[in-house]
Amino acid sequence: MPPLSFEVAGGECLAVEGASGSGKTRLLRAIADLDPVEGLVFLDGAERAEVPAPQWRRMVRYVAAEPGWWSDTPRAAFAPGLVDGGRLDRQLDHVGLTRAHLDMDIAVLSTGERSRLAFVRALQGEPKVLLLDEPTAALDPGSAALIEEQIKFQLYGGRIVLLATHDAGLSQRLSHTRLVLPKPRAVAGAGAS
Amino acid sequence: MSYVPLTPFDLALAAILLVVTAGLSLAFRLGLERTIAISALRMCVQLGAVALVLKLVFESGSSLATAAFALMMLAATAYEVGSRQERRFHGAASYLIGGAAPFVAGLIASVFAVSAIIGSEPWWSPRYLLPILGMVIGNALAGVTLVLDAITSAASRERAAIEARLALGETRTDAMQDVLRRGLKAGMTPILSAMAVAGLVSVPGMMTGQILAGADPVDAMTYQVMILFLIAGATGIAVVLAGLAAVMLLTDDRHRLRLDRLSAAKKTD
Repeated sequence: MPPLSFEVAGGECLAVEGASGSGKTRLLRAIADLDPVEGLVFLDGAERAEVPAPQWRRMVRYVAAEPGWWSDTPRAAFAPGLVDGGRLDRQLDHVGLTRAHLDMDIAVLSTGERSRLAFVRALQGEPKVLLLDEPTAALDPGSAALIEEQIKFQLYGGRIVLLATHDAGLSQRLSHTRLVLPKPRAVAGAGAS
Repeated sequence: MSYVPLTPFDLALAAILLVVTAGLSLAFRLGLERTIAISALRMCVQLGAVALVLKLVFESGSSLATAAFALMMLAATAYEVGSRQERRFHGAASYLIGGAAPFVAGLIASVFAVSAIIGSEPWWSPRYLLPILGMVIGNALAGVTLVLDAITSAASRERAAIEARLALGETRTDAMQDVLRRGLKAGMTPILSAMAVAGLVSVPGMMTGQILAGADPVDAMTYQVMILFLIAGATGIAVVLAGLAAVMLLTDDRHRLRLDRLSAAKKTD
């Protein structure tokens, strides 16, 4: 794959499309600095390497297609210090969940509930960029519609959204720009501002 | 001290039991006769060689010879820990951690014991330093093998969870803390169990040896308790050193999880 270069403005959504194995996930992970990849990524003029990695990832949030959890219930991921209580209630409500879900056993939650919780988890701390990897792939049509609404809501709020998806309809409805990755191997460089 | 020295004939008598075991293996068609014979022979040759070398080192009383013997232990430890890992770090890292952590911890504990507790003259006197070092390293080695294995397998298994934490902006030490804590516990468990049951389930080897060699059981016990304290202390230090090193190697300075630094899982015996 040739090197990539692109810009995304605040409030805009870039849809990253391509066949399986074309490097959509790798591109999003590279922008979040989760894998060592050459290339420059700018956010508000600051290059990724100039910003301490944890700080970068608090601004540039990657949400995996199959999000991981590290305790028995989702509660640990919503520590009181990090979370604005009133806002959290609204965010949960917007994706069809309640606070009770935070104390349910991860194993009991459905795939869709876990995906929606992971989406809400990613909103904590007000990131500037959301890197969403197949955010609706595991969801039933109703839940997918809720998430789609929330992505729109985030865009209205001025967030940058990069959306890796196979869903042509979702991409059409949400994205301002589309980036189609060619079939062979993955990414060398990317820029977002 | 009075003890009954054993002759080659006595050893041959003891070996009869092993021959019986080999006979049983034959009767039950276990196919273990060859392994039994080879293992027994290996043990005799290894222990014989070590005894001869130790005798030479003790007689020479040379600090260089003592250091050389200690270095040989280091190499054997590194190989033993490194080769027992199911998922090894690329390059020499597994061997480096595997050798350095037990050895450094063992050296601290042994030097402390010979200089501050036993007070041997000179402090590096091989008769005291080398057996203690060997015993302490041998146990620390087991702890380090466990902690490395626990951390590398947990990091591979729980990749999604660790990366979710990193993606939310946690540092590598925060994101790996559960894995590290469980690894350290795994590494410390055997020595803690050994201390808890010492004397109840079995009389530890060193104490048995001293009693057979004619020492007073209370004296033997005193030495054994000291050794167990040293072993537990050294294992703790070694396990923490190895655990921290493993976490640092499994992540990088950009707080990324670097499973690419591990080789694919291999089957262990």
